Amino acid sequence: MEQDKLIISVSPHIGSEESVPRIMWTVSASLLPALAMGIYYFGPKALVVTALCLIGSLASEWFVQKMAGKEITLSDGSAFLTGILLGMNMPSTVPFYIPIVSAFVAVAITKQLFGGLGYNIFNPALVGRAFALITWTRSMTTWAVPDAAFAAVNAKTTATPLGILKEEGMGKLLEVFGDKLSLYKELIIGHRAGSLGETSMIAILIGAAFLVYRRYISLRIPLSFLATVAVGAWIFGGKGGLFTGDPIVHLFSGGLMLGAFYMATDYVTCPTVRSGQIVFGIGCGFLTILIRLKAGYPEGVMFAILIMNCFAPLIDRSFRTHVFGAKKAKK
Amino acid sequence: METFTLGGIHPPEHKELACNAAIESCKPPQRAVIPLSQHIGAPCKALVEVGQRVVAGQLIGNPEGFVSAPVHASIAGKVTGIEAFPSPMGRMVPCIVIENDKTDEWAVFEEDPGYIERTADELKGRIKAAGIVGMGGATFPTIVKLSPPKEKKIDAVIINGAECEPFLTSDHRVMLESPKEVIEGLKILMKVLGLEKGYIGIEENKKDAIIKMREIASGDRNIEVHSLVTKYPQGAEKMLIKSILNREVPAGGLPMDVGVVVQNVGTAFAIYEACKFGKPLVERVVSVTGSAVVSPKNLSVRIGTSVSQMIEQCGGLKGGAVKVISGGPMMGFAIYDLDTPVTKGTSGIVAMEDKDIVHRTKFNNCIRCGRCVEACPMGLMPLMLSVYSEKGMYADAKDYHLFDCFECGSCTYVCPSKRPIVQQIRLAKTMVKP
Repeated sequence: MEQDKLIISVSPHIGSEESVPRIMWTVSASLLPALAMGIYYFGPKALVVTALCLIGSLASEWFVQKMAGKEITLSDGSAFLTGILLGMNMPSTVPFYIPIVSAFVAVAITKQLFGGLGYNIFNPALVGRAFALITWTRSMTTWAVPDAAFAAVNAKTTATPLGILKEEGMGKLLEVFGDKLSLYKELIIGHRAGSLGETSMIAILIGAAFLVYRRYISLRIPLSFLATVAVGAWIFGGKGGLFTGDPIVHLFSGGLMLGAFYMATDYVTCPTVRSGQIVFGIGCGFLTILIRLKAGYPEGVMFAILIMNCFAPLIDRSFRTHVFGAKKAKK
Repeated sequence: METFTLGGIHPPEHKELACNAAIESCKPPQRAVIPLSQHIGAPCKALVEVGQRVVAGQLIGNPEGFVSAPVHASIAGKVTGIEAFPSPMGRMVPCIVIENDKTDEWAVFEEDPGYIERTADELKGRIKAAGIVGMGGATFPTIVKLSPPKEKKIDAVIINGAECEPFLTSDHRVMLESPKEVIEGLKILMKVLGLEKGYIGIEENKKDAIIKMREIASGDRNIEVHSLVTKYPQGAEKMLIKSILNREVPAGGLPMDVGVVVQNVGTAFAIYEACKFGKPLVERVVSVTGSAVVSPKNLSVRIGTSVSQMIEQCGGLKGGAVKVISGGPMMGFAIYDLDTPVTKGTSGIVAMEDKDIVHRTKFNNCIRCGRCVEACPMGLMPLMLSVYSEKGMYADAKDYHLFDCFECGSCTYVCPSKRPIVQQIRLAKTMVKP
């Protein structure tokens, strides 16, 4: 044994097989069922929009890192994940420039200009979407009628269930979908208007269950988020007074499921302390239901998460972990 | 089955490499290099001169100061030098070099079959004279642990048989092959500390050791053998006390602050030998294991034997060996010189191939995934310590309980960005006062 070949480094000498690329690519893969459902219902256009977001994300990451003279980190999968999430948060009907510009805002501005992976304050995909919604409001709120038949060119548009609920009420919603049971059924399967990757509850939950099984995400944020929305919708969501709302419609529509499992759980922009994560989830839920019921937009998940992103560092500071042997966790 | 509440990790154990290898005597070395400092605290003063002949078990280094322990010759022969050699921890330390004269002559020890009847002070005297230190790796002089200040009331003693470090099997083998001696060591500790109750904690991946120890201890109702969940760092003192007695050592405190003394299995064995036979600590069991060792073994080794000689007795290293660790892979030290001697605190030598180790020379930004927070057995936020240290904001790191970290490495093990968190914490600790 030639000992001059021995590696000298500090402990620990071993490590888990988990890595940032593995996490990012696994999360991206877990989104495939939901994306597939989107393509199934909204046609090839959905695929094109997602592809444009992906290309925009990867190109933006490459561009900024090249400009800054930094190492190119496309292979870590984080720009890919942002791209795929951004695509899934867009209507399938948007013109081609919206995905590209939004992806630039998401990856170049929100992430890279703040210091790159790990240093962004806001969820990149959501900032990209918020930018698009505010800039091209009409395009971003024009929803294709879902059609399972791979309708090549489907010019028909409609409102989302939440939009109908907000503008015309529960009665109209039931009229459109037939009865309550078929409304729930269509919502769970994802046969409804909406952003192309947000509609199928069952597909999203399959992907999320995989992530929970692999311990990539915990249930603390999603469950506290969903529970708060459900309770809020039940208490305040009905037209006939308190406690007459339909929590199921609120849970299964809009971007809530995708947001709760995939956006609010974004490592970089959520708290790391257990109790803080629950507070974060409750905050997201509260703001979502506030916006859905009282603000101008039918959907509030995106703004709720973005607002709570600002609070994540503060929450981490305030809800410190219990330190072993400490009399009381220091605030 | 018991365990601690916060954090912990499950690295691959790899105990199978050596756990079935019965303890084998390692050939006494041609040259023993015996460090004068094999413990936490003041180094010893050499009592011998170059050219002098010594016999095995002879006192050759006398402690200076209370927190210290004497050192003894491990072989018979001529002192050929008193010079600096690398210690397993990497520092150069003064060592007494003895050239073996092959006589294997031992100092004469007085056997005392009635040792258990002796007074606590007499037993303590024997433990002190034998130079016994914590053999789990921390090498804290045992006599200091057994002499708590009056205001600290001790009511429990725990023998640490957790052996939670991956690969290491020396404590496991000692419990299997010398269970009576370990229990006797525990009884001596109970006597010295004036205790009714004694505990042994063993991780449940060593079921045979648990069964064996329970069998031997079954006659004594005051000794409890606890089966612990296999979870790293179960063998850390604070975790072990939490698991067995559900007491939390206060931040910045010692086990004695909650009335507990913890001693390693190997230490208990050495205590027994010191009290019954008057034998000083001059040999110990060392696991020589790892994927890069040809035939992993547990060796009974004279202190001062070189790492290379032990490896040789285990068939040598495989071609792919890239790292040799003194201790376990979670908290051990990578050694740079295979002439490094075994000391009282060397529980294992682990040789690894490249596929087993993680390189953290190039690391990524923290993505705040929180895995380190989940893994930390002390309930700290390693990510904050890591980032503050990286940015040179050491005072802010202190605010996040920097000094409560005992460097178990769990955070670093789980970090997907491969950040050298423990090393960043060590750096921060040197930059601010506690």
